[in-house]
Amino acid sequence: MATVDYETHEHDVLVIGSGGAGLRAAIEASASGLSVGLVCKSLLGKAHTVMAEGGVAAAMGTCDQDDSWQTHFYDTMNGGKMMNSWRMAQLHAQQAADRVRELQEWGALFDRTPSGDFLQRDFGGHQFRRLCHVGDRTGLEMIRTLQDKGVHLGIEVYMECAITRLLKDGDQIAGAFGYFRPDGRFIVFRAKAIILACGGIGRSYKVTSNSWECTGDGHALAYEAGAELLDMEFVQFHPTGMVWPPGVEGLLVTEAVRGEGGKLTNNKGERIMSKYDPDRMELSTRDVVARAIYTEVKEGRGTPHGGCYLDVSYKNPATVIRKLPSMYHQFKELANVDITKQAMEVGPTTHYVMGGVRVNPDTQQSRVPGLFAAGECAGGMHGGNRLGGNSLSDLLVFGRLAGIGAVDFVKGLKKQPSLDQAQVDDAVVEMTAPFEREGAETAYDVHADLQVSMQHNVGIFRTEADLAVGIENIGKLNERAKKVVAKGGRAFNPGWHLTRELKNMLIVSESIALSAQQRKESRASHSRLDYTEFDPEWAKVNSVVHKGPDGKMVIEAVAKDPMPEELTKILAEQKELQPQRELNKKERLAKAAKE
Amino acid sequence: MPEVNFKVFRGNSEGGEEVDYKVEVTEGMVVLDAMFQIQQTKAPDLAIRWNCKAAKCGSCSAEINGKPSLMCKTRLDTLDPSKPVTVRPMRAFPIIKDLVTDVSFNYRVNKTIPPFKPKPGTDWKMLQEDVDRAQEFRKCIECFLCQDTCHVLRDHAKHEQFGGPRWLIRAASLEMHPLDVEDRIPMIREKLGIGFCNITKCCTEVCPEEIHITDNAIIPLKERVVDRYYDPIGKLIRIFTGNK
Ligand code: SF4
Ligand code: SF4
Ligand code: FES
Repeated sequence: MATVDYETHEHDVLVIGSGGAGLRAAIEASASGLSVGLVCKSLLGKAHTVMAEGGVAAAMGTCDQDDSWQTHFYDTMNGGKMMNSWRMAQLHAQQAADRVRELQEWGALFDRTPSGDFLQRDFGGHQFRRLCHVGDRTGLEMIRTLQDKGVHLGIEVYMECAITRLLKDGDQIAGAFGYFRPDGRFIVFRAKAIILACGGIGRSYKVTSNSWECTGDGHALAYEAGAELLDMEFVQFHPTGMVWPPGVEGLLVTEAVRGEGGKLTNNKGERIMSKYDPDRMELSTRDVVARAIYTEVKEGRGTPHGGCYLDVSYKNPATVIRKLPSMYHQFKELANVDITKQAMEVGPTTHYVMGGVRVNPDTQQSRVPGLFAAGECAGGMHGGNRLGGNSLSDLLVFGRLAGIGAVDFVKGLKKQPSLDQAQVDDAVVEMTAPFEREGAETAYDVHADLQVSMQHNVGIFRTEADLAVGIENIGKLNERAKKVVAKGGRAFNPGWHLTRELKNMLIVSESIALSAQQRKESRASHSRLDYTEFDPEWAKVNSVVHKGPDGKMVIEAVAKDPMPEELTKILAEQKELQPQRELNKKERLAKAAKE
Repeated sequence: MPEVNFKVFRGNSEGGEEVDYKVEVTEGMVVLDAMFQIQQTKAPDLAIRWNCKAAKCGSCSAEINGKPSLMCKTRLDTLDPSKPVTVRPMRAFPIIKDLVTDVSFNYRVNKTIPPFKPKPGTDWKMLQEDVDRAQEFRKCIECFLCQDTCHVLRDHAKHEQFGGPRWLIRAASLEMHPLDVEDRIPMIREKLGIGFCNITKCCTEVCPEEIHITDNAIIPLKERVVDRYYDPIGKLIRIFTGNK
């Protein structure tokens, strides 16, 4: 055992995850002069952020002068059904515009207004035109800009490196253990602070818009290290994923399609949203639209491949291609559908988790000293439902704050944490065991069963009975996961990698199911068929899970922080202005749809 | 269900061979789906790269029937079902394992390109028509298929002298940024070795983002290099006016 080799690297701050949040955090930490390591599970620049299409929300008011951080704050809290950490929603609304301008100063080229300013587009749940964008490839522009900024700052990048364990010195973070995917070589990082920016959890579900990387690594690493996970029941099912062909089932169809006037209809040709949200129609919040499509399909009004139609073909073809170029290509190439002539078929897809590591809203630190989290793997910002466009801005705002938080922590550190060899040895054993076990089942089999169970039992509509089955299944799958085997060698071996990711997905799945079971009401993205209403009592608490002393997951309902008066006042003022603004938006969209 | 025979390269830097796999074909399937099926049912250790499965991240580059392509974008119904489909790693880069190659060369070249340097005191106003040009280049998903295709790298292995089309695109996107004031012409000539490109346009043909690599980026850059180094009058004017 002691013969297993590993290399050791040392950094003040180690950032795990190289999407928007990880890169932004690494840039901030590096700019302060500390030594920063950035770990990517894939190659640099391939993280899931590249998939973000619609835009980045920031109340700049370049298109609608009346926009302000207060309205952005209100929209965010309103979309999250007040489950959000009010402090995070406030910081986000106040700082997003500066973060986007900063990207421009680093070379990003956003689409322009006729006067040469940022062009902003309408999106679901935002009362004003608020999303800065680059056609429908905003995420790519953002990640490239951050990537280049980071590379020239001298951040040390570890590509295709997977972290399997966080190492601690007593309560405090001391480093991380992992391996390089290309050759399977083990690596130990010594670090004074660690920022988790590992993104989402979609791979726990069968139908998802998420890439293979989104296995809840950040959530699970934090949980194992003693941090808490907040509000995990809130999983966003994006209303519009592709439903056909089978190979691309779940692939995202950007909300920008609806932003540009896309109409949702059923097989009878009815505009479905006139039934579910006649005021906001297609640009209602994502949870509402997703449930609408799901219900239409379930009640027999779906399309041949089990979705609803989303149509922009009534618009000028040149406009469609100019405004939605990657959607045009995606459908043409992958589904043989010309969206300027035919309707798309779409259905809900697991897209985003609002829940995540419970952090201090100002510093992004978890309850484990030295452990920070930002972006999708942190919880609180989006409450029960995230608005489109608020994710890219979240990455920038909280990536930066996590960077600052980590730097302050490192600078204030009195004692250098030291590594515990026993923890490293243990991490090695965990990773070599799948090769040494006898058995027949691979991680692929267990993973496939988990996805089916989560989709079915912990999906878009939930009941006590289904959740109980889902939880029981997770228990059984946990046992099977302990016995899975890996074949071949350690070099670039996806079957082996999945044995470890499976554990993360199981932790995340359990936290979602337990939180969903605890919350006996329907709120935002969490819909229970046995508790269909909002419950004011449940409005007062967050769901929090952590690992108990016996290794079992513990779930609690924890009272929320009361909102300060100045913010409740803002919410009340904004609420009064909302009806007129919604009317204006409706008019604006009707006008745009005619173009 | 119909079956298609795949010949997939299995091996590493020391060598390897094409291995036959039968794949059950479903409607709308792409080559990447076939690789997943092989992983799940026959070879769990088959090494591939992928992320988005939507032609947006540029991870799944390989050579399908000899043509540099994205596996997630190549539908089986565009290939001849009576013949086996060969899938091999990109040839211009060293093999790590199976379909995965060592593309670190690209990251090294990128580091040598001076970053964006904004005009001092700018008010950051830019017109859409002025950003269109650079935006085209910024669509690049870094799949490196153009690098794989370019004969200067693929056949002549001039990796030390020539940065390749992807990095000429990158340099062009900075040079043509309306507010950039950095001077990259000397490095485009000397470090990126633009002179090695003889405008065969093979890179443009394989670009999944349909970027007009040669016409819109390389040729204009070549013109700028010529203006600078072989046009003494232009050079004098630049010295006196301080323009790029
Ligand atoms: S045009 Fe130039 S860069 Fe492109 S493939 Fe030909 S030689 Fe290479
Ligand atoms: S220019 Fe085109 S072919 Fe080359 S790396 Fe970029 S997207 Fe790929
Ligand atoms: S997987 Fe992203 S381009 Fe193919």
